[in-house]
Amino acid sequence: MLDNPKTNQAPWESFRPTDDEIDHLRDRAKFIRLETIRLIEIAKVGHYTSVFSAAEAFAALHYDVMSINKADPKDPKRDRFLMGKGHAAVGLFPIYEELGWITKDVLDGYTRLGNPLGDHPDMRKVPGVDFSSGSIGHALSAGVGMAMGGRLDDLDFTTFVMTGDGEMQEGQVWEAALSAAHHRLRNLVCIVDRNGFQLDGSVDDVIGIEPLDEKWRAFGWDVQVVDGHNVSDLTAALRWAKADTERTKPLCIIARTLKGKGVSYMETEPGWHLGYLTPADAARAVQEIEERVI
Amino acid sequence: MNDVSFGPNSRRVSKFQPRQAPANSHATSAMIASLDAEGRETITAPFGEALCEVAAKRDDVVGLSADLSKYTDLHVFAERFPDRFYQMGMAEQLLFSAAAGLAREGFTPWATTYAVFASRRAYDFICMAIAEENLPVKIACALPGLTTGYGPSHQATEDLAIFRGLPNLTIVDPCDAVETMQATHALSESPGPTYMRLLRGKVPDVLGAYGYKFELGKAKLIHDGADVLFVSSGFMTMRTLDAAKALKTDGIDCAVLHVPTIKPLDEAKIQAEAAKTGRLIVTAENHSIMGGLGEAVGASLMRAGVAARFRQIALPDEFLDAGALPTLHDQYGLSVPQITKRVKAWLDA
Repeated sequence: MLDNPKTNQAPWESFRPTDDEIDHLRDRAKFIRLETIRLIEIAKVGHYTSVFSAAEAFAALHYDVMSINKADPKDPKRDRFLMGKGHAAVGLFPIYEELGWITKDVLDGYTRLGNPLGDHPDMRKVPGVDFSSGSIGHALSAGVGMAMGGRLDDLDFTTFVMTGDGEMQEGQVWEAALSAAHHRLRNLVCIVDRNGFQLDGSVDDVIGIEPLDEKWRAFGWDVQVVDGHNVSDLTAALRWAKADTERTKPLCIIARTLKGKGVSYMETEPGWHLGYLTPADAARAVQEIEERVI
Repeated sequence: MNDVSFGPNSRRVSKFQPRQAPANSHATSAMIASLDAEGRETITAPFGEALCEVAAKRDDVVGLSADLSKYTDLHVFAERFPDRFYQMGMAEQLLFSAAAGLAREGFTPWATTYAVFASRRAYDFICMAIAEENLPVKIACALPGLTTGYGPSHQATEDLAIFRGLPNLTIVDPCDAVETMQATHALSESPGPTYMRLLRGKVPDVLGAYGYKFELGKAKLIHDGADVLFVSSGFMTMRTLDAAKALKTDGIDCAVLHVPTIKPLDEAKIQAEAAKTGRLIVTAENHSIMGGLGEAVGASLMRAGVAARFRQIALPDEFLDAGALPTLHDQYGLSVPQITKRVKAWLDA
């Protein structure tokens, strides 16, 4: 989608990462996928594919775009990140460990009784989690409140909310969308992980949501549609989202992705919304992730 | 980028062609798994199977799901009656209001989701569109009480407390596969709105061995005993029956009164059994200690002037941990060893 009529270029074109930065982010996305496989082996079940579609976004946000204070995950000036699709939290916990917010022991005790890391992120238990989730549809509304709070406190942080695409079916999302536009929350960015699948099948088969970009525009948002696995495009769009203070509306970034990206059979098999790879299959999946350049 | 595009010009992706996943890996969930049958035979998807039996005889029966057909066993119905199955997407308020609309048009809709989403998110819609209008919408909800290890977002520990307050609504908490099937038939025949707590997947057959037959609104004595009267509902009747066996070896004689219909409560039967003197009354439920079977029974006995020793086995008034289900049942006192331990302590006190 080309927004600038003068240059015929996306507005984020000048925000592209360097080749070195791209390599680093690809490496971090790979790390997120591999750690997800390792952690789900502990739990014996999990949402691999929901992480895999979002791995580049997780990496771009946490390793490049967001203002993060490693020493203080509660720093009032930090950018916020809320997960609508809380079931993909397993892909965030390795990042939090790398940032020093949780210990390796805690990470390796994922889902064990008494461990703070469950299938869904809990803000009362896990440093770095800006809002608890698990029940689909809440996060954007909470993000509206946090963006309002930032404005009241005169803080210029950006609130990033990642939602699933099936999540668009929840009416609550659209209540939040109306509200954010009404209040001109330009500090609010909704990233829709448009991976095409939900629990019962493809989003198009369950309840179709297209044309999604037109819907968000009609609700008063700026919209960018990007390839969610193209680290350069995605990072540039997210950097621009944060840096461009000329914008007056909230921003929706529709990240076109593939559910299960990185492991070939998961990319086409919707049954993998929730699953478990036996160690032998996990080893093959690891090999494919190691070898592929996304 | 990908071979699948979702732009405005390709609204409908081609029907996906699933490639073969490795045979040994499971595309399933242990966290939303079947209840442990504890050595008993199981029946797969009893609700889905029973609903198909009902639908085969009745054209007015339709099924609705909110993107959870696989985990509510409604997929069985969807496969056999595709013309009468409506996929509503993840939109629970719509799910129940649309079910009300179907009922208004003379259909008998079975609307299914998880208990948390029905009781919390869609409450106002169930209250106003279904209960107040007294429409025959049949609600069946998986993951009642503590039947998933997914933590508070998926654990409906207070669904009975929420729904007991709704006038007109009949509430059923079946014990096992047999009762789930019988209740599905019975509720389809009942005229008003109903809420059934759903056990899904491979569900144990518990009551078949006792020649049990579900009757809407009736509590039934499954097993008699002189020292303790368990008053239990849902799968906790499986646990109280097992606890009764275990306690028997210690010379403690336990009766089990199964109360599948939470509302309207079979107060006459409960009061009559509780009035038999000398027995410790122990309610047992897969629900918060607040507002469920235990409190309903306690209040009923008080109203009737039945003064018995009364104790409750229920989930604590807390948001519960995530984890593996058997561990959590033990931690929160729903396991057989925890039940027997507490009953002995109460008798010794």
